[in-house]
Amino acid sequence: MPLPIGDTVGILADNLRMRKSVLPIPARSTAAWARGLGLARGGETILYTGGMYQLVPYIQALNRFQEKIEDSWLAGMIKYGRMANRVINISALMARPPGSERESSDRILVNIARLLRRAGVDFGYLYEDDLYSGALAYDLGADDVVEAHTRRLAGVFKKYRVKRVITVDPHTTHMLRSVYPALTGQHDLQVKSYLEVLVERGAVPRKELRLEAALHDSCLYARCENVLQEQRTLLLRAGVDLKEPADSGRFTLCCGGPAESLFPKKARETAAKRVEQLKKVSGRVVTMCPICLVNLRKAAGGEIQLEDISGYLVRAYCEG
Amino acid sequence: MPRMDPLFAEEVNSFGRFDARACLNCGVCSAVCPMGIELLPRKLFRYVLLGVKDRVLENVQAVYSCLLCRLCEVNCPAQVRVAENVRFLRYYLNKKVFQI
Repeated sequence: MPLPIGDTVGILADNLRMRKSVLPIPARSTAAWARGLGLARGGETILYTGGMYQLVPYIQALNRFQEKIEDSWLAGMIKYGRMANRVINISALMARPPGSERESSDRILVNIARLLRRAGVDFGYLYEDDLYSGALAYDLGADDVVEAHTRRLAGVFKKYRVKRVITVDPHTTHMLRSVYPALTGQHDLQVKSYLEVLVERGAVPRKELRLEAALHDSCLYARCENVLQEQRTLLLRAGVDLKEPADSGRFTLCCGGPAESLFPKKARETAAKRVEQLKKVSGRVVTMCPICLVNLRKAAGGEIQLEDISGYLVRAYCEG
Repeated sequence: MPRMDPLFAEEVNSFGRFDARACLNCGVCSAVCPMGIELLPRKLFRYVLLGVKDRVLENVQAVYSCLLCRLCEVNCPAQVRVAENVRFLRYYLNKKVFQI
């Protein structure tokens, strides 16, 4: 029996409505990456993670559980799970990632903060108010819940008098820059990906990496947000010999990740097709989206080395 | 035998959010779709436009299988907003079928 669509979407929508995220994790875990960095609370310019990188280890853990029950009789029990989840947070119990996965996601955010500081950007952080953007629920068509959630977000931005938002991933960038204004009527928030900010600031590397890597573009950056040149500019300046796979740039091939919450097997098959394209041009692959990173990693099974772009950039622009 | 249901087409239109009228039926979208599901998105949209509700309800899995990756959109000669149409169908099914 496949995973039941209505109950699965229902659980994610219930979580967003009741617990402010599709996969609720404690606010202190979302903000844990910033511990010790001395980031100011709030401010006109903020680094907004939307909890995406922090959520990924939990999504991975949940998907491991889903893959086990997909096509088994246990999938039929999800409807009872939805009922129970309204009372107690069972999705958090099902998704308990190992500490190493959480540390790896947190490190990416620390890298991004270091890069922005090195480029002279003055920014604050919202800590426990760094709310999830609602991206997955939006994609799944849970529009009423997402609309209510964006009103929450608008309240947070108003509370801290935020004018400029620096985002770290394509899903949050797309939600805040392209979806959020239409849903809230708030059009005066300036939203930029940290990759755009680094290029605008004319970030200069401290050392050359002198290595070859393939670039996997994110669908949303490439086709919706026009973030196509920034990643190339930053990596080329850092001395990376960039290899473009078949289907790159605006015509990039999806990693399959968006299918993960309902169809884990299809997601893995789609990712495997992309891995084949990538490994033809390099054994090292750069990603810029947490969903792409985990989904491609899962399909690659160690055949190629996949790493978030922030790792390369921090080595070139902050170290040495 | 599936039947056309004019009320379904009317109901969909009443939301003012589904628009695939510009579709030329060329099939480029289906040819490039990474999911390789024959119904996506051209045939699915045709069923909606014609009001063949049964076919849409029989294919709920396909509606939610779409990655919203928009590879079809950037290749569409008629510039149909495929992802937004698919998202609307999910919204419709969430409301009408799943009571979300």
